[in-house]
Amino acid sequence: MKKATLILEDGSRFEGESFGYEKPVTGEVVFNTAMTGYPESLTDPSYAGQLMVLTYPLVGNYGVPSFSTEENGLPTYMESGRIHAEALIVSDYSETFSHWNARESLGDWLKREQVPGLTGIDTRRLTKVLREHGVMMGKVVFDAQEESFCKYPDYTQVNYVDQVSCKEIIRYNEGAGKKVVLIDCGVKANILRLLLKREVEVIRVPWDYDFHALHYDGLFISNGPGDPDTCEATVRNIRRAMQDERLPIFGICMGNQLLAKAGGASVYKLKYGHRSHNQPVRMAGTSRCFITSQNHGYAVDSDTLAGEWEPWFVNMNDGSNEGIRHRTNPWFSVQFHPEAASGPTDTAFLFDEFVELLKNR
Amino acid sequence: MKKEQIKKVLLLGSGALKIGEAGEFDYSGSQALKALKEEGIRTVLINPNIATVQTSEGVADEIYFLPVTPYFVERVIEKERPDGILLSFGGQTALNCGVSLHRSGVFERYGVQVLGTPVQAIMDTEDRERFVRRLDEIGVKTIRSEAVETLEDARRAAKELGYPVIIRAAYALGGLGSGCCDNENELDALTEKAFSFSPQVLVEKSLKGWKEIEYEVVRDRFDNCITVCNMENFDPLGIHTGESIVVAPSQTLTNSEYHKLRELAIRIIRHIGIVGECNVQYAFDPESEDYRVIEVNARLSRSSALASKATGYPLAFVAAKLALGYGLFDLKNAVTQTTPAFFEPALDYVVCKIPRWDLGKFHGVDRVLGSSMKSVGEVMAIGRTFEEAIQKGLRMIGQGMHGFVENKELVIADMDKALREPTDKRIFIISKAMHTGYTVDQLHELTKIDKWFLQKLQNIMDTSWELHGCDGCSPSFAALLRKAKRQGFSDFQIARAVGWETETGGEAAALRIREQRKRLGILPVVKQIDTLAAEYPAQTNYLYLTYNGTENDVDYPDDKQSVVVLGSGAYRIGSSVEFDWCGVQALNTIRQAGWRSVMINYNPETVSTDYDICDRLYFDELTFERVLDIVELENPHGVIVSTGGQIPNNLALRLDAQGVRILGTSAASIDRAEDRDKFSAMLDAIGVDQPEWRALTSLEDIQEFVQEVGFPVLVRPSYVLSGAAMHVCSNGEELARFLALAADVSKQHPVVVSRFIEHAKEVEMDAVAKEGEIIAYAISEHIEYAGVHSGDATIQFPPQKLYVETMRRVKRISRRIARELNISGPFNIQFLARDNDIKVIECNLRASRSFPFVSKVLKLNLIELATRVMLGMEVRKPDKSLFDLDYVGIKASQFSFNRLQHADPVLGVDMASTGEVGCLGQDTSCALLKAMLSVGYRIPQKGILLSTGDSKQKVDMLEAARMLQQRGFTLYATGGTSAFLEENGVKTVRVYWPSEEGTPQALDLLHRKEIDMVVNIPKNLSSRELSNGYRIRRASIDLNIPLITNARLASAFIGAFCSMKVEDLAIQSWSEYQS
Repeated sequence: MKKATLILEDGSRFEGESFGYEKPVTGEVVFNTAMTGYPESLTDPSYAGQLMVLTYPLVGNYGVPSFSTEENGLPTYMESGRIHAEALIVSDYSETFSHWNARESLGDWLKREQVPGLTGIDTRRLTKVLREHGVMMGKVVFDAQEESFCKYPDYTQVNYVDQVSCKEIIRYNEGAGKKVVLIDCGVKANILRLLLKREVEVIRVPWDYDFHALHYDGLFISNGPGDPDTCEATVRNIRRAMQDERLPIFGICMGNQLLAKAGGASVYKLKYGHRSHNQPVRMAGTSRCFITSQNHGYAVDSDTLAGEWEPWFVNMNDGSNEGIRHRTNPWFSVQFHPEAASGPTDTAFLFDEFVELLKNR
Repeated sequence: MKKEQIKKVLLLGSGALKIGEAGEFDYSGSQALKALKEEGIRTVLINPNIATVQTSEGVADEIYFLPVTPYFVERVIEKERPDGILLSFGGQTALNCGVSLHRSGVFERYGVQVLGTPVQAIMDTEDRERFVRRLDEIGVKTIRSEAVETLEDARRAAKELGYPVIIRAAYALGGLGSGCCDNENELDALTEKAFSFSPQVLVEKSLKGWKEIEYEVVRDRFDNCITVCNMENFDPLGIHTGESIVVAPSQTLTNSEYHKLRELAIRIIRHIGIVGECNVQYAFDPESEDYRVIEVNARLSRSSALASKATGYPLAFVAAKLALGYGLFDLKNAVTQTTPAFFEPALDYVVCKIPRWDLGKFHGVDRVLGSSMKSVGEVMAIGRTFEEAIQKGLRMIGQGMHGFVENKELVIADMDKALREPTDKRIFIISKAMHTGYTVDQLHELTKIDKWFLQKLQNIMDTSWELHGCDGCSPSFAALLRKAKRQGFSDFQIARAVGWETETGGEAAALRIREQRKRLGILPVVKQIDTLAAEYPAQTNYLYLTYNGTENDVDYPDDKQSVVVLGSGAYRIGSSVEFDWCGVQALNTIRQAGWRSVMINYNPETVSTDYDICDRLYFDELTFERVLDIVELENPHGVIVSTGGQIPNNLALRLDAQGVRILGTSAASIDRAEDRDKFSAMLDAIGVDQPEWRALTSLEDIQEFVQEVGFPVLVRPSYVLSGAAMHVCSNGEELARFLALAADVSKQHPVVVSRFIEHAKEVEMDAVAKEGEIIAYAISEHIEYAGVHSGDATIQFPPQKLYVETMRRVKRISRRIARELNISGPFNIQFLARDNDIKVIECNLRASRSFPFVSKVLKLNLIELATRVMLGMEVRKPDKSLFDLDYVGIKASQFSFNRLQHADPVLGVDMASTGEVGCLGQDTSCALLKAMLSVGYRIPQKGILLSTGDSKQKVDMLEAARMLQQRGFTLYATGGTSAFLEENGVKTVRVYWPSEEGTPQALDLLHRKEIDMVVNIPKNLSSRELSNGYRIRRASIDLNIPLITNARLASAFIGAFCSMKVEDLAIQSWSEYQS
């Protein structure tokens, strides 16, 4: 296997071997501690612009399932139509795989989608560097020439949402009953699947689309990549929708941050984010706790919530905000991923609660 | 959030270690007691297993060395009046006992609250029909099975389900009395056996070839749930999970599969209403997402101990806190100390559990693995590749293997059959098959093991081939060496593969690889287990070594302030929880003395591998190579090799040769005691007697020696072909047969033959010396005559029937040996004594199996004393003496023959017991009765079958037979015994051997349950596998009828239960026995 090197902004170097496509890439280096779910994570649009480090060392074991699509146009197994992460960095890539639904190896898939993969990296050491320093930009290079040629972009200045959002309105389950406008900031397919399973019509609109002319019963704000400050257009649209105090609004991840901003709160960047399947959250003021799947680098600053808003969920590890809700209006959002895929499914009931609210309209 | 009214809690232990219920419950019980203590709750523990850590001073407030049976537990409740009881920390023994006490209303009567999972929920999981119904209620699929209570129903159910079917006894631990049957004949045999363990038997469809997956689930009373770990069996369904190699986390499940099973596990635990911990086992279709729930264990289990060690999440500790009413959100993550216990560990390594079997110790045992457990211990290996973890693990099991490759070649007649029918050699058969060219696809077809695992093994094989094709000096060797180390190859394996072993011998060749490797900078790094994959900083001291990394997680101050203790490795016959106790005592003493304590061990069932027991825990190999790696990193004050049994003892000389400082007795002295020739010469030199022996290399020499000393002789081959390693031969015919069948006699493989002294007492000396002077000692006496292995013998301490002169001579000889070897630390000497004639048979310059027993009876911690000596501290001679004790301790052995199909349950010179208990009493009889009841004997009510061996043994048993007659028992006796007893005025019912014509047939009486105890004493000490005696003994075991095969023990037991009633036994805690 060809040698490949990851170089961080601070100059630290990690030598490994290439098992994916060989082209130099740059991006924000983030680590994910999940032990399963590499096909889901790689196709999660929220990873746009990032080099994904997996802390679980053995990766590729069960190969990659087929890219088949269902009748509704959603992929059967993946979270979107392609890989969004810029590169994948692991400790022990498994060249051989074994699973009944696998169609190709992880390495072959990466090559096909022109995404670099590095193996043989001390991912624990790398994770500790990121933990101590905070997330950094990094580059994957294959020879010395690329090393000097590649420049780090500024992650916060890129509007990744614009890159991954749909360009046209897409309608699902037309005529099914209650209508949900879904603002696509980079929506994961499983959010759509879970809404459709609950028999609502979903109108998926581009992130900056002005949807006021549409007839709908509820608003959903999706997850998405990058800095939420790049989505001012979305915030404006949400604010306008909030003029209807009875309108159910539900947001996930980026959706949580945008709803918070629309409500007047501010958002900050975490030192190294939450990316894992084991994040504990507690429903504020109760003894109800949930294990959640998370993937975010920014968080809502609970202290900046206006009086009519309250924290809904709190991260039990570091006390950061994991969800907000309006005290009187049916507006709520969570920082974690109740749709899972990948990750634990404990909070899927939130979709039920949202759909239940639509019925009152 | 905890319940304030709970002030005193009773915890039930699991008793003696047995197959299916071993050290893991010492670990979980110890954790629970620690959790209770932290809350200021008074704790009472019932556990007759005296060698455990949980029964040590200061762990529980009151300890009762009594049987964990409803009668004794009720008596303790009556006396202690606890507010609450914990049932889920003592395995199936405690759980069954608790269910029985609940049913008989004892808890209600005494106002004892069952803490944690309610008994109703336990019963829901234990009664198969209720279990299936409960899971049906929430739409969770179970394996279709039918609970039956008669043989006819079992046949009908099997026919309906279609063969193959699995038979299981309900309420049985570790798959006791279960098995797979392909036809009605097999069904009949198995069903009968299962009914002898339980009135309810389950017949279920076999799902052979499906994956087996387990989840460890935790729930608090607020309904918050987490799954701490999932695990995947390397072997497909059909092999008991205790018999399978297990990896954590699962390796071949996709995200969707992983979380589907996780979600189901949580749905189940909520519906059943567990408060604390449980284990859910699934069968999982390898071709779809279809699943079946196999079972739910509503208690801490072997798997939960493994999960705790695999993740660093202290399940038992947390379960105990939840039982007190806490929520998971109230508790802290024990590793990070900053994040909550409500989370799911993220691993950044892979662990591999491998069972350890000792089937070679048993005559006639069935070696095929199936749905019932036979392994006696296990190891856990940690790596950052699967190859690394499994190769480490295969060395750890300690059966002479160097990893997956480069082992001694196995001889296999029919490879396909060997692959299809897994035995304890399974993994090595796969290695051999791969070596001979079987492809992964072929192997998968024959074994049904997932191809992913097989492919990983193939990687190891490929690297081995690469090494074989390389001369070790080429420039490309560095890269290959690095790759091999990343795949867990030891230096020795590499040396052998590149052919250096034949040049210089294994040891030197391995050291040469080590040198070269260090020159190239190929070194292992130390990584922490921190539960969160480095996401949060953790001050954890839980460590392992890997070649898949470039940076150490910990710093080394290089201040020589640490002391390394080598642990005892996998539990096996001959080395188990007693050495864990010794290790833990040594660690405690080191800490108290102000040094940093460092442990190296890899047994997930132990307390010594609990990371809060020491300052640094290396969960890693106890090989010469790895210990040296760690010593080079730690640069300690010294290493203690004498508290971990034989494994560290064997390393002493080699470590010493590399300049490692061995604390206590010198390596040279250890060698003088271990090397038979050197030891023998030393005894001669200091005028100490020993039985005549010689190492012989030809049959003629053996004959000649035997003519000199006479029969019987003890024969110890150095190369064992099959069966047990040692044998007593009583005549020429036996000797010839044993040597022909079992041993290879040659120049390379000499046989040690020694004179066997009959009717001699065996005496043990456990002692601590400092610079050759004995500081403290304990002399104990075997109840059986010599010929029963000291690990199987029933031992009394202090001795009750030894001549004062014998004791004096034993002391005198011990002093002489201690001085000659300049012992500093623990040691043990075994003696034969006949008419004050004393001979030394063995000497170990380390702690022995009986150290915890004598320490606890004497209430003098000999290991603490020994450790202080080894640390060079001041020690004063304790003023305690065994002559002052006004009570007796009895150590009795636990056998697991019921697990070992077809094994002859007879005792001999090779050890067969899997565990032990130690009980206290006012006299031998009281203590013996408690001890025998603790290891599963029941006092007979009706009839006793006697066949009492040769004439001398018949005489030995006569008094006991008379007592039985007086007590109104019906005595059944075989021909010779019957005639002898009748002659001496004891009435018997004559019964017939299987080979004899006539009725009643002994076997029929056993099957009809007219006999509830069997005393069968083999005429001589040779094995006669298909003899009459074997069939009677085996039937007793299979029908769960108490069996005794030794005249001295039988007499003592009969004497005890004839002279007193169980009700007369005093219910006294350890502290109430005044010393």
